[in-house]
Amino acid sequence: MNSTVEFLGINFKNPVIAASGTFGYGKEYDEYFDISILGGISTKGLTLHEKIGNLGRRIYETPSGLMNSIGLQNPGINRFIEDELPFLLKKDIVILANLGGDSIEEYVLGAKKLDETDIPIIELNISCPNVKEGGMAFGIDEKVAYEVVKEVRMATKKKLVVKLSPNAKDISKMAQACVKAGADALSLVNTFNALAIDINKRKPIFNNITAGLSGPCIKPIALRIVYEVKKAVDVPIIGIGGIMDYEDAIEFIMAGATLIQVGSANFRDIYASKKIVEGIEEFMKKEKISNLKEITGIIGGK
Amino acid sequence: MKEGNIECNVIDNREIANNIYKITLRGHVLGNPGQFYMVRAWNGLDPFLSRPLSISDIQDKQISFVYELRGKGTKELASIKTEELVQLTGPLGNGFTVNENLKSAVVSGGIGIAPMIYLLKKYHKNMDMYAGFRAEPYLIDECLAHSNNLYIASEEGLGWHKGLVTELINVDDYDVIYACGPEPMLKAIAKMAQNKTMLYVSMENYMACGIGSCLGCTIQTRDGMKRVCKDGPVFDAKEVYFYE
Repeated sequence: MNSTVEFLGINFKNPVIAASGTFGYGKEYDEYFDISILGGISTKGLTLHEKIGNLGRRIYETPSGLMNSIGLQNPGINRFIEDELPFLLKKDIVILANLGGDSIEEYVLGAKKLDETDIPIIELNISCPNVKEGGMAFGIDEKVAYEVVKEVRMATKKKLVVKLSPNAKDISKMAQACVKAGADALSLVNTFNALAIDINKRKPIFNNITAGLSGPCIKPIALRIVYEVKKAVDVPIIGIGGIMDYEDAIEFIMAGATLIQVGSANFRDIYASKKIVEGIEEFMKKEKISNLKEITGIIGGK
Repeated sequence: MKEGNIECNVIDNREIANNIYKITLRGHVLGNPGQFYMVRAWNGLDPFLSRPLSISDIQDKQISFVYELRGKGTKELASIKTEELVQLTGPLGNGFTVNENLKSAVVSGGIGIAPMIYLLKKYHKNMDMYAGFRAEPYLIDECLAHSNNLYIASEEGLGWHKGLVTELINVDDYDVIYACGPEPMLKAIAKMAQNKTMLYVSMENYMACGIGSCLGCTIQTRDGMKRVCKDGPVFDAKEVYFYE
């Protein structure tokens, strides 16, 4: 028995990836455990140019979840490559470079820069709800998504995973459009666009009014979306959305996800991802599963 | 490799002033004045996140936190009974850097006194303490035991200086000031200190991870966005725009 997963010809030692925006560039968590025990890490969202992110409140807790409005704060791709990537490349972990942008040109230039690195996978973020210009629009309308994915596809030889928004008008059509445009795989879902109000100030909590909701409160919806999209396309899927423990991770795999990402759970317990890796392996032993393929998408559909 | 999570038994947890609680835990704890722990006293998913609380005291494998009842998390914490378990992650953040040869003052506003008790204690009788409160003062015995001189203000008076703590201090008397409290108080001290007196401020913000990954607690500084949890919580006031 081992929990190895082959994904787009790349070997993951297990199906667990630290989700973008919850794990920085790995350094902070590596102070507490060797992050090489994870299958992969998706970097904090990168953009062509540095972004200072959003002002005002950035985090708001909700029942069994949280809303965030970070706004893609990052040092820009050049400084990421100089300052952060060397550390990650020394680790035995598959790197997904999460790429955001405000325009097709920015995405394309960003992808070209990443194409020159040793990173094997670009995870294209067309679904950040917290960036005013563009970000969200790319993830809502499948025609716009098709254009950006097609252009990025032409700009890079890297494996291309497109991260979908649950806020898309029709997520199955969105998934099909991205695959048609050249996506090798899909990751889903990003955060749900949501609202919170300070009733004493009679104002929204966040400067941007709405923000992204994540955590276990969204898990059943995310799971349903993974199941539906799996039926709609023929590419592998990375399941994301409120995974707190190995049981949640196995649910996503049974719904059709080849790999899974752990996000908000990292905030609640710095060892959450590590515990999920261990839990999956114990589950496989107990259930006599020799390869996760045996249960991937087992609940049916396609 | 750091051991991040510690389970501690509650030794004592009580209200020490209106809405102000002190919890003392037993466990293998470390930490310097100004550092904090992410604290969780519940197993369910709501509240979702741990709460950042600064260290008020560490002694003989016991740690104390003083906290104000503000919302769901602190309400849960206040209901925890002796011998029940609390989970800690930490110690986190940079803490105060102190030069004992300098003439030093500590200024606190409200619950901002929490980390300052540990600072006073570590540099026993070396620092003057200025503590401001909205109403009834608390932790006065601890301040008396460990400060050089003690000055107290309460907005309600109650036998103390009636008004703000910033009215009590002459910043020119000191080489360095360590401050923790509401932002208007920190700004007022920064204005008085200008470039003459060194000022270190302990900042607070809402945070999710506490270890520097989520970027939820960042603040603007002269040197770009900085994380309160990892780059702070203690900052040179010159860095954090208070002089403008």
